[in-house]
Amino acid sequence: MADVLVIGGRKLSSRLFIGTGKFPDKKLISAVLEKSGAEVVTVALRRIDFNAEEEEENILNHIDERYILMPNTSGARNAAEAIEIARIAREAGCGNWVKIEVISDQKYLLPDNQETIEATRVLAQEGFVVLPYVSPDLMVAKKLQDVGAAAVMPLGAPIGSNRGLRTKEMIRILIDQIDLPIIVDAGIGRPSEAAEAMEMGCAAVLVNTAIATAGDPVAMAEAFGWAVRAGRQAFLAGPGRVLEEASASSPLTGFLFEGAGSR
Amino acid sequence: MSFYEVYLQFKDFDFEGFFASVDDKDIEQVLGRDDLDPLDFLTLLAPQAAKHLEAMAQKAHRLTIQHFGKVILLYTPMYLSSYCSNQCIYCSFNAGNHLPRKKLTLDEVVEEARAIAATGLRHILILTGESRRMSPVSYLADCTRVLLEYFSSVSIEVYPLETKEYETLIAAGVDGLTIYQEVYDRKTYDRLHLSGPKKDYRYRLDAPERGCRAGMREVNIGALLGLEPNWRREAFFTGMHAHYLQNKYLETEIAVSLPRLRPVREDSTSYTLLSDLDVVQNLLALRLFLPRCGITISTRERASLRDNLIGLGVTKMSAGTTTEVGGHSQGEHGHGQFEIFDRRGVPEIKAAITRKGYQPVFKNWHPLPRSAG
Amino acid sequence: MKLTVNGKTEEIDQVMTVLEYIRFKGIDPRTVVVQKNGEVIKRDHWEKEVVRENDRLEILRMVGGGSF
Repeated sequence: MADVLVIGGRKLSSRLFIGTGKFPDKKLISAVLEKSGAEVVTVALRRIDFNAEEEEENILNHIDERYILMPNTSGARNAAEAIEIARIAREAGCGNWVKIEVISDQKYLLPDNQETIEATRVLAQEGFVVLPYVSPDLMVAKKLQDVGAAAVMPLGAPIGSNRGLRTKEMIRILIDQIDLPIIVDAGIGRPSEAAEAMEMGCAAVLVNTAIATAGDPVAMAEAFGWAVRAGRQAFLAGPGRVLEEASASSPLTGFLFEGAGSR
Repeated sequence: MSFYEVYLQFKDFDFEGFFASVDDKDIEQVLGRDDLDPLDFLTLLAPQAAKHLEAMAQKAHRLTIQHFGKVILLYTPMYLSSYCSNQCIYCSFNAGNHLPRKKLTLDEVVEEARAIAATGLRHILILTGESRRMSPVSYLADCTRVLLEYFSSVSIEVYPLETKEYETLIAAGVDGLTIYQEVYDRKTYDRLHLSGPKKDYRYRLDAPERGCRAGMREVNIGALLGLEPNWRREAFFTGMHAHYLQNKYLETEIAVSLPRLRPVREDSTSYTLLSDLDVVQNLLALRLFLPRCGITISTRERASLRDNLIGLGVTKMSAGTTTEVGGHSQGEHGHGQFEIFDRRGVPEIKAAITRKGYQPVFKNWHPLPRSAG
Repeated sequence: MKLTVNGKTEEIDQVMTVLEYIRFKGIDPRTVVVQKNGEVIKRDHWEKEVVRENDRLEILRMVGGGSF
């Protein structure tokens, strides 16, 4: 049986989502996508700066039509702005997937969970496939599930920090308790960390900074592709026994076998 | 969604085939894992896993201390009424039995409460047979209000109620619900419950969930193991039921009791009697599957076994038990619901727990006064 | 005629359609999304939709972005 991830009715065979921000050269993006094997790609919507010396290129020129676009509501500081951005992106022909990212904290760039729930609720009702980016919190994830999120995307560490899976224990709880795909977004700095997330049972990971800022982004994208596949396969294979520390000195079940004691 | 759907999902599962396929390597692998899924749990319930009891025990011991500390909560049951309109063929309160029936007046409830409170116990479980006429919800609420003068926690083990009725009792001060499905296998259930409202399998099955929804602080479930010949399957459904409730109602403490059928009086019906080893295996498998689940062992088990189970995952024990209406203050007359095997008094049980290096706890918590409205 | 475009006020001296305005600003029409007074203007309406006094335009573009 093929291992596919289904989100919003789409079957995905790759569990690596790629973010397209911060690339030194946008021309790298098509090769990055190609080598990583990714199928879902995030993009953002920005006001045009008429004072810029050079017209910025539309990122879509570098993303083949076969990829699923996931517009990101980055820049939104509250639910209303995120909703607005999502609607515009859909009108712009980006499909009906949206990553909700509401950030009002400009120091650590941590998501505003409360506003994110509200935006998710409204957009899910409008037929969007909503993937909210949140701080990993069980009650928040349950609410997201209730309001129609298609997945939950907890952060592993603050955006762009490349600090790895700092919130691992919290993410593990989400995996245990939430019936939606759990996709780690933000914080993953190395392929080994992506593999770790997948071994834990995450449904997918979203990687951006770690690839975009690598010495060789295309090679790093390929490395992430392998890591995500390896981690996933390890999860499916079921890790072997980790030996308990040397068995305790006093047996706990001996009483069962002391003739008189048992009947 | 109800647990019934989970039941249906596994009802026709080939348990025997699965057990036959379990080998030592499977069991070792499960023991190496931190989070067990339902089939891992079932693996630990397989006959083959009995060979790995010591390894299971070490891990269960460690997990229990990790999540609960070295603590055993003590409580005692108080039978309020033995009137019952059900015919459950395994129960002494069976409506068809010629047993003198009794129901405590509120004054008698006070006497019982005084007798129990004098032993130091502060958690009490009140029980009745199933009779909406003789022991209606209003009576239970009245008893609860009286008992709260003496106890910090009052739980109920009565016939299944509507969510609204549970809410009424919670408002009166009840904080825990104990209700055993007795038998998960629907056919056997139907066979053993001859008549009375208890024949409604689904209504009883969903009662713990209604209790969770109503806002019970703790919900305790269980199957009376041995009623259905395949106790492993019953143990699996019990664990799955707890798992279902635990996942769905995070705010409720879910606990499981592990009662087994004991050879009772002249009862000629042949049931499956579980060995001590079976009891231990079930306890350990449940602890490994649900590390944070409360586990209760009653005085149906004899003293020596109860003492030995303390380190293996048990978190709650009854003490100073009588299963007779008025038994705490009016003496016993052989009209109890079932026989008690651990007949020690509270001080002896307390001492036994202390000897094991555990702390006996009489009062786990005290509710804050509920604000009006 | 006064307009607000991407949050800034500007003056234009003739009546134009959205499409004409975008060309006038020197932007490749294929790369942008246009919102007028809070409503997204579908691409195939750009030729008919006229920009009027006091209109608020937002001209946006898809850019690279993932987690920020």
